[in-house]
Amino acid sequence: MDLTFTPEQEKFRAQAREWLAAHVPAEPLKSFDTAEGAKQHREWEHVLNGGGWAMVPWPVEYGGRGANLLEWLIFEEEYYRAGAPKRINQNGIFLLGPTIMEYGTPEQKARFLPKMAASEEVWAQGWSEPNAGSDMANIQTTAIRGTDGDGEHFMVNGQKTWASRGAFGDWLFGMFRTDPDSERHKGLTFILLPLDLPGVTVRPIEQLDGLPGFAEVFLDNVRVPAEYQLGEEGQGWQVAMSTAGFERGLMLRSPARFQDTARRLVELYRENADDVSETVRDDVLRCWIGAEAYTLETFRTVSRLLAGGKIGAESSLNKIFWSELDLKMHELALEILGDRGDLLPGAPAAEGVGNWLDGYLFALSGPIYAGTNEIQRNIISERILGMPR
Amino acid sequence: MDFRFNEDQELLQTTVRDFLEGEITPEVVRELWDTDTGRSPALWKTLAEIGLPGLLVPEEYGGMGMDEVDFVLLLEETGRAGLAEPIVSTAAVAVPMLREIGGALAKEWLPKIATGDAVVAVGHPDVAFVEDAHVADLLLLSNGADEVHAVLAVDADITLQPANDPSRKIASVSFTPTQATCVASGDEARAFLAAAFDRGALASAAQALGACDRMIALAVEYTSERKQFGKPIGSFQAVKHHLAGVKVKLEYARPVVQRAAHSVASGSPLRALHVSMAKLVACEAGVFGAKQTLQCHGAIGYTWEQDLHVWMRRAWSLDRSWGRAPLHMGRVQTALLEDGAPMGSGCTFSSPGA
Repeated sequence: MDLTFTPEQEKFRAQAREWLAAHVPAEPLKSFDTAEGAKQHREWEHVLNGGGWAMVPWPVEYGGRGANLLEWLIFEEEYYRAGAPKRINQNGIFLLGPTIMEYGTPEQKARFLPKMAASEEVWAQGWSEPNAGSDMANIQTTAIRGTDGDGEHFMVNGQKTWASRGAFGDWLFGMFRTDPDSERHKGLTFILLPLDLPGVTVRPIEQLDGLPGFAEVFLDNVRVPAEYQLGEEGQGWQVAMSTAGFERGLMLRSPARFQDTARRLVELYRENADDVSETVRDDVLRCWIGAEAYTLETFRTVSRLLAGGKIGAESSLNKIFWSELDLKMHELALEILGDRGDLLPGAPAAEGVGNWLDGYLFALSGPIYAGTNEIQRNIISERILGMPR
Repeated sequence: MDFRFNEDQELLQTTVRDFLEGEITPEVVRELWDTDTGRSPALWKTLAEIGLPGLLVPEEYGGMGMDEVDFVLLLEETGRAGLAEPIVSTAAVAVPMLREIGGALAKEWLPKIATGDAVVAVGHPDVAFVEDAHVADLLLLSNGADEVHAVLAVDADITLQPANDPSRKIASVSFTPTQATCVASGDEARAFLAAAFDRGALASAAQALGACDRMIALAVEYTSERKQFGKPIGSFQAVKHHLAGVKVKLEYARPVVQRAAHSVASGSPLRALHVSMAKLVACEAGVFGAKQTLQCHGAIGYTWEQDLHVWMRRAWSLDRSWGRAPLHMGRVQTALLEDGAPMGSGCTFSSPGA
């Protein structure tokens, strides 16, 4: 067991810190769930990619830096420390990207990954349908293979919903029923779909914060070229499970985010210590310990992955832990802020309240998306503990 | 950076787990409950044969010469087995303290511990009772906060205090401090006592992990067999989710305990903080595990006959050993809010001033 960074890793950290200090926008960007904010975030991703920092752990030929996962964790720590913008293309770079790396053909990798790294193509996710939420295998949108003068294609009909980044994104990924006679997990195929094709209608949905963070996507005789199929036909469930693992697991939720929130929470407590009970103080400290625990477990997991290990159902443990921790931290922050916790950022008396309210609304989605925590508990009890179905 | 145990460490863990599974059955634990001391010199000798009491004893004194990182996985196994011999008091706390005191005392007692021929118990100003004092040959006791005395058990007044957990043997100890018994004073004594406390808390935390894991295993086994409404009760989500919740707590406590072991072994300036974090999360997992697995067992779990309470009581005992939660929370508070321990992204593996 060695819990120190090597001189090379420290050098990498210093490089990242220096670059970020020189490039991170001084003013916070608008939310990427607004038209103006989406534009700002794409510009920031362009700068990040220009510096070679957009996709630290990806191979250089796909727009990455060719670094390993430990270096990626270090970069993430520096990224949050620098207060850099949220990643507008997280559906792409953290979820779909690794999946293409695993299942894509060489042509698909070359076609999609560099543009994804540069956020020239921003990805929406198309997991859910009106009748396929927690019951993700109940996909009803069909994609029927056919051939016409322009070659092989899928004819797609149906509806996706809760498509994150659907409002301002360029592409959507998801599972589609390619065998109309199939049921449940069988007969599904993972397909990548450009949102500007004829027959696609995107209807943004306002989230709890009032912004169109997700969308309904209606698909009416949409002709999708067959080359946008990812993995084998009929193997969509298997491909999707790999993507979902990344979503629940460490890629999307690097520890730096929670360490950063925990630090701000402790600082908020410090500023208001005189007005807060010891019970709240202890809960604040417990959250800080939780963020440390999450970090330690991530470094342990990455050490195991670098030594050839694999990640499986453990990503469900991960998802419950970070989502509950994140929500608890924001609840505590609002508790500490007292009456001012209810104020919107523009309110005259809102000075010093920060963005905790907004963060709280976002944190409330954590136990729901990427598979509800109830679904995760089923997975843990059945696949990790071996309890009966 | 490599947060893994090496092959030797993992092999030793498996060996010790297999050994304890064979030796420390619930029947053995219950037999010990019915004895006067609750401890077995024969068992202690057997444990010495696989090197447990002398794991931290230097090789020159007949021990294994290992450190807390080597030991932490094995301590978890002793918790899983429900083993209550003086592993924490003697092997995890007294041995390193004797090593630090050094001189004739170390030379005399360390070899005896390694061979399983001596038990040494440790008293600390922040711990009300002395664990395993009733079977100890030697006691290392504090006098106030800045003196350590080495007292032969026959020269001390030891009153056993029966506790909720029949495996937990704690005693009130009084003695007459003299110049002859004093082995450290002032800063040196304070440093010895601080290290002893951290080692005791670390070892208790590691045992709590094992106890928690064992309770989950017992509950999974029971709920997979017990049928109601024509189905195993473990197929009901209400039951499943109780155990999944315990598993989450356990898996996120484990790396905190392992890091604390590393900080103790390497003498990190953040040792006390890391140990207190570990003690808090591991014992919270243990106590929560006791509550949830009892619920999953239903009425049968509420009987003396069912083995679950062997580990439930261990979990409660460990929560109370080497500092209860408020004390450890206070140490985290001091480190974070007063001493300015590093906080925020990128600080988890850094030291103050680094």
